[in-house]
Amino acid sequence: MARVEAEVGKAQGGLMKWIDDRFPFTETMRYHATEYYASKNFNIWYVFGVLAMVVLVIQLVTGIFLTMNYKPAAAEAFASVEYIMRDVEWGWLIRYMHSTGASFFFIVVYLHMFRAMLYGSYKKPRELIWLIGMLIFFVLMAEAFAGYLLPWGQMSYWGAQVIISLFGAIPGVGEALVEIIRGDYSISDITLNRFFALHVIVLPLALIGLVFVHIVALHEVGSNNPDGIDIKKHKGADGIPLDGVAFHPYHTSKDLVAIIVFLIIFSAVVFFAPEMGGYFLEHANFEPANMTATPEHIAPVWYFTPFYAILRAVPDKLWGAILMAGAVLLPVFLPWLDRARVKSIRYRGWIYKSALSTFAVTFLVLGWLGTMPAEGIYVNAARFFSALYFAFFLLMPYYTTVDKTKPVPDRVVYHG
Amino acid sequence: MNEDDVDRLDRNRRHFLTVATAVTGLVGVGAVAVPFLSSLKPSARAQALGAPVEVPIGSMQPGEMVRVLWRGKLVFVLRRTADMLERLPENVAMLRDPDSQVVEQQPPYAVNGFRSVKPEFLIVEGSCTHLGCAPLQDFEVRPSENWEGGFFCPCHGSKFDLAGRVFKGVPAPANLRVPPHRFVRDDLILIGQDTGAA
Repeated sequence: MARVEAEVGKAQGGLMKWIDDRFPFTETMRYHATEYYASKNFNIWYVFGVLAMVVLVIQLVTGIFLTMNYKPAAAEAFASVEYIMRDVEWGWLIRYMHSTGASFFFIVVYLHMFRAMLYGSYKKPRELIWLIGMLIFFVLMAEAFAGYLLPWGQMSYWGAQVIISLFGAIPGVGEALVEIIRGDYSISDITLNRFFALHVIVLPLALIGLVFVHIVALHEVGSNNPDGIDIKKHKGADGIPLDGVAFHPYHTSKDLVAIIVFLIIFSAVVFFAPEMGGYFLEHANFEPANMTATPEHIAPVWYFTPFYAILRAVPDKLWGAILMAGAVLLPVFLPWLDRARVKSIRYRGWIYKSALSTFAVTFLVLGWLGTMPAEGIYVNAARFFSALYFAFFLLMPYYTTVDKTKPVPDRVVYHG
Repeated sequence: MNEDDVDRLDRNRRHFLTVATAVTGLVGVGAVAVPFLSSLKPSARAQALGAPVEVPIGSMQPGEMVRVLWRGKLVFVLRRTADMLERLPENVAMLRDPDSQVVEQQPPYAVNGFRSVKPEFLIVEGSCTHLGCAPLQDFEVRPSENWEGGFFCPCHGSKFDLAGRVFKGVPAPANLRVPPHRFVRDDLILIGQDTGAA
């Protein structure tokens, strides 16, 4: 009996059988693609996971080619990036793909996370997928931060100065920790060298490993859908969920369309607006790092600005750092903060709908405020929107409990 | 001994061996971690490059400021004018730490109204105590803004007076740090070394 079971999921003959006897190839393909059933009514929000994988591949490939010409030394880094831009054949394209890819990574990941909030994808039984996803987000932030130091421009240097100094706010161990991070008494050649190691080896390895675990965990419990319904509750005679279709070839062909549209937009930016008006590549970074002068206006790249605005809203070093860290960490607890009985926004009441819309606007406004100078009206606005940001999370256990939800249908529906 | 006793004895032995193996392994991992983590600290070369720097000040005019790098950190050396020194006490009420009470921010010999060894010469690290940006010099006196001249950090708006003392209500928590330093001669300062006294 056991022997027969072992034969399930194996090719019948030829090379594939030879492989399958030694490695579960066919079985894995079935489990993760051709017999992995996801809901039929996926909408556009469901393409950003795949797109994040596409960007990851773009970053890995362009990154490898950049390391072949980049020099991780303070004396040579800035010039080597210019060398890539001017003298290496197609170097400008590879570099612009990489720098644009960084911004697109965050666009896609933020949308992917927002999808989870729209349809309650973090709720039971997918809490662990959400936690792994948050870990991916943190590693991605570290990866982007380490990478931003490498061109050794003014913004690289002073941005790193500000962010590393944040760790100095930790009482007691702060200063020692900062010294360990920098490996020197200031940000120097040594710091650049180790950030290079983090950026090209440590963090990408962690990222790939975590993405793998993210998907394994997803395929264990199955994908959510815009109705937040468990499609495994209604299976046909063949044991296949009635509302599900195989990931391959059905979802993959839909994803292919998304990938093509994505690549069109991505290429448009790479070729026509790689600097994106100073948002994707900040203008101050076209000047080599100068330890004796901070740029007049310093701001991180756009994907960090919502959190940066929260940091600046607080006129106290330690509390600023605590609130910023809190803002980054709070989404981790979403699965437990959200007490609603339904998953999807489709069946939630007006309270959650308004809360989520307010949150989306808040996040965007904070992002904009983080790029503006820290003075006058901008600081007060940042304080107001920081309060809204925290209120969304901290009041969630209350308002998701009192919010009136609608009955959830038995089977998935098609609209929107 | 019957079979049950033997079983229990085996279980106890196994438990002991499992714990002993795990603990030994952890100690080993801990020991191996030491060299790796230590390699992250500033290396001998980084420490050597952190050697003291000499700054000749003989030719500095009153009101002139020079910027030097010590351990890769920016240090301001400002020769204050008599007018600047006279105005210093006027800020006191607006300052967070006017009497330099925070011990780490200066050596004992700089705990005074000027935060310096010689009143004329201010020597402070040009690194904002908030998040490390280099403050800009803004020495112009503007009575309308209650500004006696000082330093302004462009990153997050922190302000310091001409003794590097932080104003209230700004993100920077402490005064600009005075690095260890001493006067080798009247016209030469050594930054980074003080042999305890000035």
